[in-house]
Amino acid sequence: MSIDWQPTASLDTLRERARLLTAIRHFFSERGVLEVETPILGHGGSTDPHLDSLSLTATTPAGREHLWLQTSPEFHMKRLLAAGSGPIFQLARSFRDGEVGRRHNLEFTMLEWYRPDLSLTALIDECEALIRAVLPTDPGPLRQHGYRELFRETLDVDPFTASLADLRRLAGQVGGLAMNDADRDGCLDLLMSFVIEPQLGRGGIDAVVDYPASQAALARKRLDPEDGVEVAARFEIYLQGLELANGYDELTDAAEQGERFADDNRQREALGKPSVAPDQRLIAALESGMPAGSGVALGVDRLIQLALNRESIAEVMAFPTPRC
Amino acid sequence: MANYSTNEFKGGLKVMLDGDPCNILENEFVKPGKGQAFNRVKLRNLITGRVWERTFKSGESLEGADVMDLDMEYVYTDGDMWHFMKTDGSFEQYAVDKKAIGDVEKWLKEQAVYTVTLWNDNAIAVSPPNFLELEVVETDPGLKGDTAQGGSKPATLSSGAVVRVPLFINQGEVLKVDTRSGEYVSRA
Repeated sequence: MSIDWQPTASLDTLRERARLLTAIRHFFSERGVLEVETPILGHGGSTDPHLDSLSLTATTPAGREHLWLQTSPEFHMKRLLAAGSGPIFQLARSFRDGEVGRRHNLEFTMLEWYRPDLSLTALIDECEALIRAVLPTDPGPLRQHGYRELFRETLDVDPFTASLADLRRLAGQVGGLAMNDADRDGCLDLLMSFVIEPQLGRGGIDAVVDYPASQAALARKRLDPEDGVEVAARFEIYLQGLELANGYDELTDAAEQGERFADDNRQREALGKPSVAPDQRLIAALESGMPAGSGVALGVDRLIQLALNRESIAEVMAFPTPRC
Repeated sequence: MANYSTNEFKGGLKVMLDGDPCNILENEFVKPGKGQAFNRVKLRNLITGRVWERTFKSGESLEGADVMDLDMEYVYTDGDMWHFMKTDGSFEQYAVDKKAIGDVEKWLKEQAVYTVTLWNDNAIAVSPPNFLELEVVETDPGLKGDTAQGGSKPATLSSGAVVRVPLFINQGEVLKVDTRSGEYVSRA
């Protein structure tokens, strides 16, 4: 049997990829956003219950240390913000264990940028401008939808007020599996990724805003104007049924951040997952004061896949995980 | 058998689902950036041949199925069962029932080699070779000189299959046929 040593992307594609990366850097340099580089490894890791971090043991001046590979460059970049960097961006290699497929690769390139001076709405507009700067053709207009409104319109269910039993029944029907032990977010995630997401980003760029508060991750929470339900000040951008970017009105409260890390680890324990050391340096940076603002992470491989009209991210990567 | 977790699912893996052995055809990883992951899996039920689409929470697992595909020569039928013999020199025979033979019954030819799928050492499916050479046992008389394209007629083959053949084919001739499409290929 011959060994599959060759790249999965053609050399022409890799040249196109390089050109698009240059276009991204140009976009930010024109806007006065500073390119930074931060470590892939950290003493703290992502506690997100649904992200599995890779880790390794390294010999450092402190001896043998357990270090985490980043799932995104968020923590280090926030420490730069707290140090007064102003607007920054990074093209960062990120790692998520177990995530390999047509749209996922164990390691991938994340474009992450922070705008201490911008509102969430202004950051959505900047995302749109970046996407337009990278795509060769007009993807159509930007449309904004509330998470709640999308569920009501598409599935005729209110994701904030429906009973857990109703959500389990609906998710079970849609996915064809038993969801009797699933929590609210598990049911909503299934409905989002199976029913709503594939329809998004057709004929335009779709921005989804105001996620359930339980899915806030590192975003601030605020009250929904309709009935005062708490929502996460977050957005996601979808194009051609692909989730492209995930943005937050960044949480700056150190105490709340510490509580969320602890909550995450409790959820991880309930899911039978190992707990992850929270990033104490991030907490300390927030304590010293991080300017309020917005930040967003965008999957560069997916954006390049769309720009070059390919079916999978493997077609725009030199060596995806199965060939690394 | 071992258990396989969703991240080990790949095309060709044989697993048990709802009590039936299945062959995994496709496995798609579905996950919102900040949310729970699922695997959408297409499987072929090896008993019924039907394709199932099922969703699993990532990390769930299925028991492996003891399924093997073996080359076997068709020997004879006793009316109830069809008997096949391993081609490895062991002369070991397996009896295949009507359900497992299914549509392949009309493509059986003694001494031809078939793929027999065994589950826990029982035959559950048989697939014929892609091409078989079979004799025409019944068809309308051939039209001399008519080798042009165009007309065709039905011909019954020695195995029982009926295929469309060109008008010039006669009873007693041996034909090469494609068992996948059920189409005439050429004179053998």
